[in-house]
Amino acid sequence: MKLVEARGLTIRHGDRTILSAVNLSITKGEIVTIVGPNGSGKSTLIKALIGLEKPSQGQVNRAPGLSIGYVPQRLHLDARLPMSVRRFLSLPDRVTDAAAQVALARVGVPGLGARQMAVLSGGQFQRVLLARALLSSPEILILDEPTQGLDQPGVAAFYRLVEEVRAETGVAVLMVSHDLHVVMSATDRVICLNGHVCCEGAPHIVSEAPEYRALFGLGTGGALALYRHVHDHDHDHDHDHDHGHHHHHPAAPRDAADPSRQTHERHDA
Amino acid sequence: MPDDFLIRAAIAGMGLALATGPLGAFVVWRRMAFFGDATAHAAILGVALALAADLPLQSGMLAVALAMGLIAAALTGRGQAADTVLGVLAHSALAFGLIAVSFLPAVRTDLSAYLFGDILAVTTADLAWVWGGVALVLGLLLWRWQALLTATVDEALARASGIDPRREGLVLTLALAVVVAVAVKIVGALLIAAMLIIPAAAARGLARSPEAMALFATAFGALSVLGGLWLSLRLDTPAGPSIVAAAAVIFALSLFPRRAA
Repeated sequence: MKLVEARGLTIRHGDRTILSAVNLSITKGEIVTIVGPNGSGKSTLIKALIGLEKPSQGQVNRAPGLSIGYVPQRLHLDARLPMSVRRFLSLPDRVTDAAAQVALARVGVPGLGARQMAVLSGGQFQRVLLARALLSSPEILILDEPTQGLDQPGVAAFYRLVEEVRAETGVAVLMVSHDLHVVMSATDRVICLNGHVCCEGAPHIVSEAPEYRALFGLGTGGALALYRHVHDHDHDHDHDHDHGHHHHHPAAPRDAADPSRQTHERHDA
Repeated sequence: MPDDFLIRAAIAGMGLALATGPLGAFVVWRRMAFFGDATAHAAILGVALALAADLPLQSGMLAVALAMGLIAAALTGRGQAADTVLGVLAHSALAFGLIAVSFLPAVRTDLSAYLFGDILAVTTADLAWVWGGVALVLGLLLWRWQALLTATVDEALARASGIDPRREGLVLTLALAVVVAVAVKIVGALLIAAMLIIPAAAARGLARSPEAMALFATAFGALSVLGGLWLSLRLDTPAGPSIVAAAAVIFALSLFPRRAA
């Protein structure tokens, strides 16, 4: 079942074409990652999929009554708008205190409810955004570069959290990757975007596609390649010192030298 | 026992504060200060047109304020230099309004009542108009509160939840036009934006939630009305500017606890 679908989606701003003839669909329970350089139209595509941006041509279809859990790239809360975490979770639909507590605990920031949004750290803020998105029992999570501003352990922990949530609830995930070369290990499909869909497929296939290499690999002697972070599922991510052996850094020379090792499969738990 | 005119003035001012508290909070959060000015200044043009067409003043103010709000929303919706566009609109509206009024000798003599308000001359009919408008604005805001707040936090966040941010913007535009139409009599077209912004700004330091900020803003607005009326009676100052001056004093006082903390 298609939850969201774009067909021949073209978006122009004035005489600038941001997206041309993009075809894309996300089905139930799928994890899709969109990668693309700056200005490739990733955020515009997300805006079109949630209905904020009107297609110049083509169409966007959402399943009737689709519940979207949206985590924006960044949220500029006006300094003059006082907002506690608890209050934020009740936007736009009011939730019970119990539900709010469960959601905060689920994303790893229990007991944060009374805190003002303005004083949260980057990682806490993204987790609260995710908690709010989950409270609407979404069928699809749409995450627009959700890990921007997080350090590498933070990114890995956040991806792991999204994977766990997907495993628990079966929610589909559409994510714009913050990093061109690291995508979530559970990604079913990578879409490589540069104004149009350059290539699409399973991560290891895309990483070897000439279009992907042309877009991201030039000038680095092939040292950069799509890389899936590797980790096991032992759920001890609260302990930062453990991160070292759960994920590897991309673009390590020995990996890059050998194309067969550029895609690391995760160890299934 | 205070005089009847004073009681009517206080009742009218309290009503206005009820509406400007929560609406002013949105004006502050969404940085709509100039937007408020443009809408309010258009009211003078509304007065002139209503008199020329022999219509009730309030309907003229409401119509022109609403039209100006819609024009401002359409122009700034394109996302270009909102403050410049609104600055142009706000001052042009005032200039054209003043010119239009100069053709009407009857208003010319009474112009300051529209610019600075004439709260001490509020009639019982005015009270009905004020409270009717306030009830409408409060009803709108309470009905749309969650959606308005979500759209104010983030447009994309709202859109993803099925809320149309433009529709919520129109709700605020309409509420603003109604407030302008009822507030001209009380604080005058020049100072309506001040009534929206100053109490809300004073409330920010004390509030930990959007709702608390709206309530504090209402309370400060009501205090400003009472303080301004008192000042006006004691010193024979113009009532509208006195109310805004009282609000400014409250704002200045509100800065102290934050410094201490």
